[in-house]
Amino acid sequence: MSRIVTINTRDLEKSAKEGGCGECQTSCQSACKTSCGVANQACEKES
Amino acid sequence: MIHCYKFDDKNIVLDVYSGSIHIVDDVAFKIIQMYEDSTREQIIDEVCPEFGVTEQDVDECLKDIEDLKAAGKLFAPDRYEGIAYDLKKRKWTLKALCLHVAHTCNLNCSYCFAAQGKFHGQRGLMSFETGKRAVDFLIENSGAHKNLDIDFFGGEPLMNWEVVKQIVEYARGIEKDAGKNIRFTLTTNGVNINDDVIDFCNKEMHNVVLSLDGRKEVNDHFRVDMKGNGSYDVIVPKFKKFVEKRGNKSYYMRGTYTHFNTDFVNDIKHMADLGFKELSMEPVVTSPDSPSFLTEEDMPVLMQQYEDLAHEMIKRNREGNGFTFYHYMLDLTCGPCIYKRISGCGAGTEYIAVTQWGDIYPCHQFVGDERMKLGDIYNGFTDHGKDVSYEFAQVNCYTREGCKDCWAKLYCSGGCAANAYHSGGSITDIYDYGCRLFRKRIECALAVRLSDLKDEDIYVSDSDA
Repeated sequence: MSRIVTINTRDLEKSAKEGGCGECQTSCQSACKTSCGVANQACEKES
Repeated sequence: MIHCYKFDDKNIVLDVYSGSIHIVDDVAFKIIQMYEDSTREQIIDEVCPEFGVTEQDVDECLKDIEDLKAAGKLFAPDRYEGIAYDLKKRKWTLKALCLHVAHTCNLNCSYCFAAQGKFHGQRGLMSFETGKRAVDFLIENSGAHKNLDIDFFGGEPLMNWEVVKQIVEYARGIEKDAGKNIRFTLTTNGVNINDDVIDFCNKEMHNVVLSLDGRKEVNDHFRVDMKGNGSYDVIVPKFKKFVEKRGNKSYYMRGTYTHFNTDFVNDIKHMADLGFKELSMEPVVTSPDSPSFLTEEDMPVLMQQYEDLAHEMIKRNREGNGFTFYHYMLDLTCGPCIYKRISGCGAGTEYIAVTQWGDIYPCHQFVGDERMKLGDIYNGFTDHGKDVSYEFAQVNCYTREGCKDCWAKLYCSGGCAANAYHSGGSITDIYDYGCRLFRKRIECALAVRLSDLKDEDIYVSDSDA
């Protein structure tokens, strides 16, 4: 795949089967307070 | 759905529903963009002469695309409608409180969305009894959640410092028996920081958010005391001491930019040059009548600023003098699951704001708006409050019409309900200005992240391994 370099990322479809524990921090609880972003939130699921 | 964009010399392809990211050469960039709407022959007719490649080159690239598609990493279908529907029906339990311990402030920042801490209501300080009851309310309504978050907010929470300490001590005393892990955050303007605040916060606060707008002249334009004196010279030495003693615990230097400093990257650089490394800078939230309101004419300037910020971060990272920017933090491998990406901030369902009197609102940005009041910590949600909470539960990035075709929806989860409400009148709207900035930030965040790739960052398929 010389023309395409794929980066390791979390498989979102797989996370549909194993995620959803809700233990992660609420996004507004960190630094924004005036916008909503979830991409920078860390997953806190205990494996 | 894919999103293709260029940043400097990189062609970046983001596959929305798998979350995959690819860096591709010019030929693959073109072919991927043509792939869904073109035949092999059409691709060959256009790509071969444009790039001077052979049919075999194109076929090899098409094969790679097919392989990635089969692996679920490119052109992945949207399979999340069902999750979005289920989330609307879920019985939500609380996990976070924004505790308004002081509806008053010792600064008089005219751009403050909280109306100098009063939130368009009366000034007042939360009593310990109210704070204690708020902690109990959170625990009682937190269901199976183990991790709970409490943010001391205001106004200026250090104006009620002794009560903050009492609330923390109370919560620490009951969390273990309740089976909870409570994480505290304090957001402060810095004026009342002293050794006691530093020592206590560095022991108890999971995170502290320190408000500074950047350069002295920028900070002091808005962040002034009641006599109009700028706060920079008072707060910066205190912030430095605070952060220095904080060790490796989290903090954010958080600024607000407005129409008056659309060159906000200079303010971020200034904060970094002061020695602060965890930085956040947010666009102002204010009414169009305000002189600080960000205009349509500001937009191209802001877009360029976010690119400039990315370049600055890449440069400083390479020099070994990097800093983090809140909106450019992306954990590609251990980031949020799809449930989080769809459901968002949890305002009104998992996250509530509690005022100094114990009234409950969906989040800090709705405090003082009686239409949005959910109830109080003594009697719980009212019938009206339950209806409002239900409305919040119905909103996610699959129910907002404006998110339907947006490639960034699983990065922002549909955006801030308060911004949508205040700009368009409904929490089901989107705040388009904020959306455009958000999309730009994600593009730049990825560019920063992809600027320093290591071998372990690269995906190797089973067949290539």
